[in-house]
Amino acid sequence: MIAHAIFFYVFSVIAVVSAIMVTVSKNTVHSVFFLILDFISISCLFIMIGAEFLGMIMLIVYVGAVAVLFLFVVMMLNVAQQKNQWFVSKDSSGHIPIGLLISVIIFFELIIVIGGWKYKPDLFNSAKSTIDKGISNTHSLGQVLYTDYIHVFQISGMILLIAMIGAIVLTFRQREGVKKQSYIKQISRERAEGVEVLEVASNKGVKIDD
Amino acid sequence: MIDIGLGHYLTLGAVIFSIGIIGIFLNRKNIIVILMSIELILLAVNINLVSFSIYLGDLSGQVFTLFILTVAAAEAAIGLAIIVVYFRNSGTIRVEEIDQLKG
Repeated sequence: MIAHAIFFYVFSVIAVVSAIMVTVSKNTVHSVFFLILDFISISCLFIMIGAEFLGMIMLIVYVGAVAVLFLFVVMMLNVAQQKNQWFVSKDSSGHIPIGLLISVIIFFELIIVIGGWKYKPDLFNSAKSTIDKGISNTHSLGQVLYTDYIHVFQISGMILLIAMIGAIVLTFRQREGVKKQSYIKQISRERAEGVEVLEVASNKGVKIDD
Repeated sequence: MIDIGLGHYLTLGAVIFSIGIIGIFLNRKNIIVILMSIELILLAVNINLVSFSIYLGDLSGQVFTLFILTVAAAEAAIGLAIIVVYFRNSGTIRVEEIDQLKG
């Protein structure tokens, strides 16, 4: 139990500090790196709490794909070199106190909701347990994912497909003056426009493509 | 303090959620940091779902965390594509200079 507490506090402190650093660091590349650190520590927490499959998927999806995508876009757009000071103009920073107020209110509302669980602990027992301790986390997830949630699963696949097509359509651009292969033109080529039969006179030769 | 329960994980989720919202409001840099703050908020939601799922013994929380992960990945891809297109058209993605809607 004490090891659980130590690991929880270590990983959660790392996660909170890196989440703060994501929002306040001046360099965007540093923000992406702190985001990666945040994801890694949260996935360690997931693995520790017993959701191994989700921890690994978090590592693969977030650190392996999403964070690298962020890094790629940050470096491609060349915004890392902009020295961005914090509050550029005074007149546009008027909404910052309101934003802080709203976030603090949301935080305390969430804390109040969490505190309610302390005084009504029988809510825990009302839910029926569906986790089988005998099989692994991945096994039990797979048992419900492909049976009870098959439609939602397929819809999420459709969402990924639409996102892929949308990203391609958004960033696709046709440029002038670039030589490209055109399959339609290649396939629809006829014999008449490609080959020409010439009558070659003796000792004269043929002049081609002058 | 030593006995780690559901409340600790929920508090961690609440803290990260609030940091994400602060990041959206406080941001004076580029839009990419706002997208990263949205990722933080989704991460906090995931923490809540997974900890409830473990402590209540119900597996559906983890299943829905999987779907949130999917939607977050799709959202990041589309958002970054929009940002790339905007940068190509206007040459800037700083929050202050994106004011075409006069909001």
